[in-house]
Amino acid sequence: MMNDPFARIRPWFSGASLLWPVLGLLTLLVFNAIYAPGFFRLELRDGHLYGTLVDILNQGSKVMLLAIGMTLIIATGGVDLSVGSLMAIAGAVAAVLVTQAALPFAAIVGTTLALTAIAGTANGLLVAAVGIQPIIATLILMVAGRGIAMLITDGQIITFEHAPLVFVGNGHLFALPFTVTLVLLTLGVTSLATRKTAIGLFLESVGDNEKAARYCGINTTLVKVVVYAFSGLCAGVAGLIATSNIKAADSSRVGEMMELDAIFAVVVGGTALTGGRFTLVGSIVGALLIQTLTTTMYNLGVPPAVAPVPKAIVIVAVCLLQSEKFRQQITSWFGRRQA
Amino acid sequence: MKFSTRSQNLPLYATMLVLLALFSVASLRYEGFFSTRVVANLFSDNASLGIAAVGMTFVILAGGIDLSVGAVLAFTTIFTATLVQNHNVSPFVALPLALAIGTSFGTGMGFLIQRYELPPFLVTLGGMFFARGVAFVISQESVGITNATYDKVLEFGVPLGAEASLSATALAFIVFLIAGAVLAHFTRFGRNVFALGGNENSARLMGLPVGATKISVYAISGFCSALAGVVSTFYKGSGNPADGVGFELDVIASVVIGGTLLTGGVGTMAGTLTGVLIFGTIQTVLNFDGRLNSSWLRIAMGGLLLLFILLQRFLSRHTAAVR
Repeated sequence: MMNDPFARIRPWFSGASLLWPVLGLLTLLVFNAIYAPGFFRLELRDGHLYGTLVDILNQGSKVMLLAIGMTLIIATGGVDLSVGSLMAIAGAVAAVLVTQAALPFAAIVGTTLALTAIAGTANGLLVAAVGIQPIIATLILMVAGRGIAMLITDGQIITFEHAPLVFVGNGHLFALPFTVTLVLLTLGVTSLATRKTAIGLFLESVGDNEKAARYCGINTTLVKVVVYAFSGLCAGVAGLIATSNIKAADSSRVGEMMELDAIFAVVVGGTALTGGRFTLVGSIVGALLIQTLTTTMYNLGVPPAVAPVPKAIVIVAVCLLQSEKFRQQITSWFGRRQA
Repeated sequence: MKFSTRSQNLPLYATMLVLLALFSVASLRYEGFFSTRVVANLFSDNASLGIAAVGMTFVILAGGIDLSVGAVLAFTTIFTATLVQNHNVSPFVALPLALAIGTSFGTGMGFLIQRYELPPFLVTLGGMFFARGVAFVISQESVGITNATYDKVLEFGVPLGAEASLSATALAFIVFLIAGAVLAHFTRFGRNVFALGGNENSARLMGLPVGATKISVYAISGFCSALAGVVSTFYKGSGNPADGVGFELDVIASVVIGGTLLTGGVGTMAGTLTGVLIFGTIQTVLNFDGRLNSSWLRIAMGGLLLLFILLQRFLSRHTAAVR
């Protein structure tokens, strides 16, 4: 403990796991401060804040939302591969409703989110009630979901000019993009529910040892179904944002590979895939880390298609850092040198 | 024990029944569906999928998963296309090189998974991002191939009756599938794979080479993905870094529909072939019937996946209860 260089700042974080993602994010920001002039410049125009940092928050909002839902699922020892397809379904439903039905906007949003939450519930039932491995159970909806979305839009890209729906992904509130408010709201409610009530404890106990949790009287089936439904809800909101961003429902592209980004954000953020302890703030930091990485590469002129390479390196590096065997190997190397 | 092996084969029979039913209904419904040409095309159109599925079967049998197959396929197509087309490298050099790269890539992922006990899901996910990115580094656009050797291979075909012939890619698929079946079911290595997937600790305690087997299955999958990519360059006559997005899902779905348990340890190559043919038959039906759009392929595969997973689940519960 004496040799721990971070001993002083460790208590600032809610657990050591948050240290590395924050350090990673800081490194990227410092890199940008040196190599990308104007990265930190913020500008107030028409009462709206503009700048690269704001862009990162805005564009990262979808992954952040997905990561919040995904964190809870991973805490219970599961995973949800269907969120990208659910985003496509949400976009398709919303676009068809605004263009073809004369409904109030609240009803449209309500219907869309209810549908994705129901789809999430179906995932949860497959996992908890039928007992299928989460990767497989959610793979079904991942495969079929995009087809369903295409069926809803009839294979077409539906464009719209519906003011409230356009506002969701492009509007501003309190000088910041409205998407930031959505993320903060979701994060706030989820944090309160998991940290100020027993729900968080239920999640961790299910992820740590499901059998023990059941013997303690926790309804593990219900807990699991609820987290998958909640993840579906988050995916629905993210899908609305993605569709609103481009003012069109593009069923084959919306949310593509998004599930992987979300899982990545959660793992980088310090929540282990094996379940148990989780950190929502860590996942948000993880999501911001990905988005900053992507934005940095755009700024450096790296073609968007090549961007996955550094992402892959970060994923494997983070996995290695979390691996007990790898740590032992590294310590044994350094141990020998010091001795 | 005999009962459990028999009920483990039930998914396979069910899959075959589905394929038979699907094909019969389609033959009755669409004129010209029941022909050697359609059957021959099933094999040549799905050669890439089938070859990758052979590799995936090994990985899933061993209790793992490989998400990188689509990206490795894309990398291989653009790698060989660029070498052959833009750098005038002979296909006899380019193709073995591409296969070697695919195999070493799989071996690398297998090493990380085995040596550091990392989750296969995340490592192969990283591999997928990596291979896809590198494919785009090589070229951002599709590269067409015009090459004398390629033309010769494409001209080749084994005639089947008057109007159909089996193309070189279809032959490659069939030969490779047989090789895979022999390796899985009739060799010591195959038995090690089943043992590893059945229970890793037991396999280790029995003294089986668990580590080497684990790395090998990812190496095989890497090789198969690369070979699928090579076959794809023949089939499409081009290489494209954007090829094979979502391909890994089709491959996994085919393997699972073929009755291979995702928990590992149970499955057959015959099942994988059936799964691939079901995928191909649905696609052919969609082509024959102009009214159905391609989104139905995904929905049908999702539905079949659900059906078979539920069936497997029911059977494994049933066997557990009997024991």
